[in-house]
Amino acid sequence: MTRKRKRLLILLAGMASLGVATALVLTAFKDNLVFFYSPSDLATKPPAPGRALRIGGLVEEHSVVRSDRGLRIEFKVTDGAHDVPVVYTGELPTLFREGQGVVAEGKVDGAGVFQAATILAKHDERYMPKEVVDALKESGQWRGDKPAAAAAGAPGTMR
Amino acid sequence: MSLSTAELGHFALILALAVALVQAVVPMIGAARGQRGMMELATNAALVQFALVGIAFLALMRAYVTSDFSVLNVAENSHTAKPLIYKITGMWGNHEGSMLLWVAILTLYGAAVAAFGRTLPLRLKARVLAVQAMVGAGFLAFILFTSNPFLRLAEPPADGNGLNPILQDPGLAFHPPMLYLGYVGFSMAFSFAVAALIEGRVDAAWARWVRPWTLAAWCALTLGICLGSWWAYYELGWGGWWAWDPVENASFMPWLSGTALLHSAIVVEKRDTLKRWTIFLALLTFALSLLGTFLVRSGVLTSVHAFATDPRRGAFILGLLALVIGGSLVLYAWRAPALEPTGSFAPISREGALVLNNLLLASACATVLLGTLTPLMLDALGGPKISVGAPYYNATFVPLAAPMLAALGIGPLLTWKRADLAPALRKLGIAFAATLAVAAATGFAVEGRSFLAPLGLGLAVWILGGTLTELVTRVRPGEGALRRLRLLPRAQWGMTLAHAGLAVTIAGITVSTGWKQEAIEAVKPGEAVMLAGDSYRLDSVAPEAGPNYSADRGTVTVTRDGGTIAVMHPAQKFYPLQVMSVADVAIATTGFADRYVVLGERQENGDRILRIYWNPLVPWVWFGAVMMALGGIVSLSDRRLRIGVPQRQAQPAGASRAAA
Repeated sequence: MTRKRKRLLILLAGMASLGVATALVLTAFKDNLVFFYSPSDLATKPPAPGRALRIGGLVEEHSVVRSDRGLRIEFKVTDGAHDVPVVYTGELPTLFREGQGVVAEGKVDGAGVFQAATILAKHDERYMPKEVVDALKESGQWRGDKPAAAAAGAPGTMR
Repeated sequence: MSLSTAELGHFALILALAVALVQAVVPMIGAARGQRGMMELATNAALVQFALVGIAFLALMRAYVTSDFSVLNVAENSHTAKPLIYKITGMWGNHEGSMLLWVAILTLYGAAVAAFGRTLPLRLKARVLAVQAMVGAGFLAFILFTSNPFLRLAEPPADGNGLNPILQDPGLAFHPPMLYLGYVGFSMAFSFAVAALIEGRVDAAWARWVRPWTLAAWCALTLGICLGSWWAYYELGWGGWWAWDPVENASFMPWLSGTALLHSAIVVEKRDTLKRWTIFLALLTFALSLLGTFLVRSGVLTSVHAFATDPRRGAFILGLLALVIGGSLVLYAWRAPALEPTGSFAPISREGALVLNNLLLASACATVLLGTLTPLMLDALGGPKISVGAPYYNATFVPLAAPMLAALGIGPLLTWKRADLAPALRKLGIAFAATLAVAAATGFAVEGRSFLAPLGLGLAVWILGGTLTELVTRVRPGEGALRRLRLLPRAQWGMTLAHAGLAVTIAGITVSTGWKQEAIEAVKPGEAVMLAGDSYRLDSVAPEAGPNYSADRGTVTVTRDGGTIAVMHPAQKFYPLQVMSVADVAIATTGFADRYVVLGERQENGDRILRIYWNPLVPWVWFGAVMMALGGIVSLSDRRLRIGVPQRQAQPAGASRAAA
């Protein structure tokens, strides 16, 4: 085999490898991206059923109902304009409060209830998830009452 | 006294920047003109630069230890009630301090080349140190102009804000320095690559000089990532150890490309080919390290690692990143064509296998890069907000890693230059049979529900089998086998250990992901939770007072078939200063499985939520990583790689070289 042909072979192998990688990335992007929805987004352009997504907003005041010895939690997430009922089973992050920002990952079920698989942990009083801030700004509910939201050395969501 | 310490540190940093600028320019000119004195300046400059940054580092440490709250950085991140160890380590538990650590390690590497690179050709050494100083100057300027840790407060507060409780852990003492030793260590490969491009010359001796630095950085990065994931596992209380979080990916990408670099540098050294690719990888690896620094430090990601968001900082690091990547790529495009390969090889050969390893590692790295950057890009462009999680990486990274791991079993058995596949495969008969048996048994065990479990365990056995087969082939059982075993070069042992470590890690990843079990239940003291055949009984919860926290510590007795296995003490700590609760996880490990218990906060009715995980084989993830790093260290101790050993052969006429 001449040097040229060998080089061509390596080049082809490289292209094939990158080609496979690209194909994998594209299919994975199609199926596995998790989009963020505000409650208003959910109301106006509902996602495909069964698709994993994230929602975020404020935990509506007086909406939290616990059952099953505190392990099952129902509450509503609102951006002021719309709200979404959420069900979650498990332990909540310590800073989960009514009136505070929250981000949850899960799926919308047939009845329009958001079945949360994870409530993203919040580790600091000062912190407001960026997505929530943007969603509130969009619905005109942002009061800017926590201007130092993500700033001032606040550690944010961990995962 | 304390007034002058911070100013001394600040002043030392300014001087260090000045020295770095001189070191970046003068030796470079000297190397171009062949002026010995100008080139020799680099050595002393590198040592002085390190000493100055060291003074600044110690000055900040002093401010932390003495709780000097007139320094803004200390006031914001420390507190008198904090234990001493966290006063010291808390120094790099914030943006400014961690950047100072970054630069300190960068100058440490520069000083190490200056001190130990006595046999380096003067011209190469001058250029390497000049490039190293350019990077150093960039980051010193970054610290001085946007992240000065020595800023004073006109009116010092009575006490500081304290450190994020999550960071108040011994992990902070080791994880960041180790990770930075890795990240920043790749700057050496970068500097050598740029110097080689300027010189227009890459040969086996060059590869032998670069390899120890790359290997050292790679070992540190392996340990750093390992420590980080272990820390996340025991500190964050979520029962997992890797989440494909962008900050994790930021450290994983340089590791992937650094691993590729490590292997391609062997080809340059042994076979004098793949030079351009190796240079490219060296540039890429450091670029990815810088990208990681940017992602983690600029505040574009919200995570425990993003200490502060100041848009100026993000812009500055992004500018540095563009300058380093853009500049080195332009240099590469201009100069790389001059690097002619001399060795040639057949596709089926050790080189061929290493090329395959490189291609797949690079492709896998590219998919991680895309998964990490796409959400940021879309957000920056005003697109939809998205996140990319584990399913994406399972669908992209795993299919690319699998063939690479399959090839890893065979590669070391192939000879250099031209190999025959058939005899290599014949030797692997036993390994192959073991692989099939384990994969089939695993397939039955999971009843075909998942193909990842048989695939992962099969690959682990395959790699281990291939590695051991290769060792046996070398030693040839029979007369004199022991002597041959003793005479094996250290580099050989290093490879065997590292590859076996990879097999152990893969086994740990596969089993802990596929077979983990968890239970969450609300219990009162006296009640028990069943998981994986064990009974976890919450005996009591008692208050406990710490130096800067108060805690509720539980006693959980684990029994199985009536016999007590372990008594565990998970706690819920409350840090009043930060108004923050942190779970103190209790882990009981057997080396083969972890029992992992998290005590939740008290419910209104007095219940406690117990979260319990049974994580089989999870310790192997880290055992394997430590084995890999040990393999690197053993290989590093090989005579051949000892710093200063390599000598360039007689120079061909006309080759540019300093009169040594």
